[in-house]
Amino acid sequence: MQELGQQVISGLATGSIFASLALALVLIYRSMNVINFAQGEMAMLTTFVAWQLVQDGMPMWVAFAITLAIAFAGAVALERAVIRPVETAPPLTIVIVTLGLFISFNGLAGLIWGYVLKTFPSPFPPTTIRFAGAALSEQDLGVIAVSLGTLFLMYLLFQYTKLGLALRASALYPEQSRLMGIRVSWMLALGWGLASMVGAVSGIMIAPVVFLDPNMMQGVIVYAFAAAVLGGIESPVGAVVGGLILGVLLNLLSTYVSWIGTDLELPVAFAIIIAVLLVRPAGIFGRVHVKRV
Amino acid sequence: MRSRQAVLLAFVIVVALLPLTIAPYLAFQISFVASFAIAILGLVILIGHSGQISLGHGAFMAVGGYTVAILLNTAGIPYVASLPIAALVCGLLGIALGFVSLRLADVYLALATFALAASVSPLLKRFGSITGGVQGLLLPTPHAPGPLHDVVRGEVWYYYVTWAIAGLLFALSYAGLRGHVGRCLRAIRDSEVAAVSFGVNPVLYKTLAFGWSAAYAGVAGALQAMATAFVSPGAYDISLSLTLLVGVVMGGLDMMWGAILGGVLVEFLPLWVQKVNPALSSIIYGLALIVIMLFMPGGIAGGIQRFTSIFRLQPRGARETVPIAKDLT
Repeated sequence: MQELGQQVISGLATGSIFASLALALVLIYRSMNVINFAQGEMAMLTTFVAWQLVQDGMPMWVAFAITLAIAFAGAVALERAVIRPVETAPPLTIVIVTLGLFISFNGLAGLIWGYVLKTFPSPFPPTTIRFAGAALSEQDLGVIAVSLGTLFLMYLLFQYTKLGLALRASALYPEQSRLMGIRVSWMLALGWGLASMVGAVSGIMIAPVVFLDPNMMQGVIVYAFAAAVLGGIESPVGAVVGGLILGVLLNLLSTYVSWIGTDLELPVAFAIIIAVLLVRPAGIFGRVHVKRV
Repeated sequence: MRSRQAVLLAFVIVVALLPLTIAPYLAFQISFVASFAIAILGLVILIGHSGQISLGHGAFMAVGGYTVAILLNTAGIPYVASLPIAALVCGLLGIALGFVSLRLADVYLALATFALAASVSPLLKRFGSITGGVQGLLLPTPHAPGPLHDVVRGEVWYYYVTWAIAGLLFALSYAGLRGHVGRCLRAIRDSEVAAVSFGVNPVLYKTLAFGWSAAYAGVAGALQAMATAFVSPGAYDISLSLTLLVGVVMGGLDMMWGAILGGVLVEFLPLWVQKVNPALSSIIYGLALIVIMLFMPGGIAGGIQRFTSIFRLQPRGARETVPIAKDLT
């Protein structure tokens, strides 16, 4: 029983990292109907920036804050420069642009920092806390706290501020929002900035676990994509729940179902997700769009 | 119409005469253009004409490649006979996948197919007794049969076989897409409700499109496995499926000759950027994709069509009254 508790907690820790990146994907999908394949690589780049700042002698949490600011500004600039010209293009065209960004960013990080694995200092102590007989690692608890804290701040921003309202309005009803005086195109850029910030949190949280290298987010983005779709691609709550479910599911599968091993973890997890989607084709929290003929 | 036939004829002549003038290795690379074009043509049918997305056609290329490898190694079947079997196996798998995912659309279908592509390589590693595991399987290299063996080099022989098969499959899809089947697919793509009310069966045609395109991807995978004389899980990771997607969008989603442009692009663009600057190759490659999309959001074929239409004498609207004509150019 204690072991189960530990596995669930460490699954939640991985899951909250998936949830952060999944939320980033959802934020962009809601406003442009496109999966941003470069989201993981953007998070990877910003994690390298954080690593560089820490290497240059900056305290961890200061570096964290500065990195988030850089992630935001960088993504807004990126949206203005690269995405805005294709804003009205078909979604698949924008998808290819994000794939182009993916490849370029991966190459860029390799060029600047190289492909050698680097250790990323963990912001949390390596000790464990005993709770109800289970030994819970502070690393896991810290990751959960930071990730879910970020997601909660995002929730507050979107639900209780005027800016959040404008962001939601322009994602759902771009034309009407424009008539109301919202600068929809700029809201898109802000959305990219916010998504990039949330993604940066996931990158910095996973870097101590998987080591830092240009390919470190490629596994995470696959699971984040799955989590976002499982939750219902337009639902931020769904992305978070989907991420947490997926994290726990993967951890329990690899611990308790021995024939799965490391090879089959991904196929089995995907098989389960697709089974869920066949029952609920719009994801767990997704709304089914009723089209008028 | 006559100018289009002239262009086609010129293309066929160039393809037929090219191996006589170029190095065998270049001919070998150009035959990869043909096999990629076959797989991308499958996506033109699926994404462009039937409106269903797939991020997983690399999986069917894997199945095609492994089917041929296993058949040649164990059953001793000749090359020519193994291709239709690979196409059949992939076609049936495609029909099954298409049928299962009928309920899914857009990004949900994208994830389901993406999951397939991501699962192929781990599954191939896991069931090593059939697939050879991480090491993969070896195939005999292609060579010309019988009396031609000493006259024609293996690469050149392979070039002609691949382009002949590509020609056959292009002709087949031209016939299919121009006729009843293509019209039904496009009707469902544009409005499923309207198509149903005209008596089109969406279940039939959507699964058919999936099977058709999967069979094409299978043939492409089989041809490439023959060329490299080797199949292994590493060759079939998710990036192969994404490469095909890049090819189809770059080429032009609903145009058949866009598939050939897409094939040229996915085969040669990585090689060209490697030659330009090895250290920056992936950065340049990524930027090239972005720049092409910025200037030609409808793909290269779409861009060319827009360009040539400037010089056309008759008004554009007059041609558009026959919607099928647009889809086939």
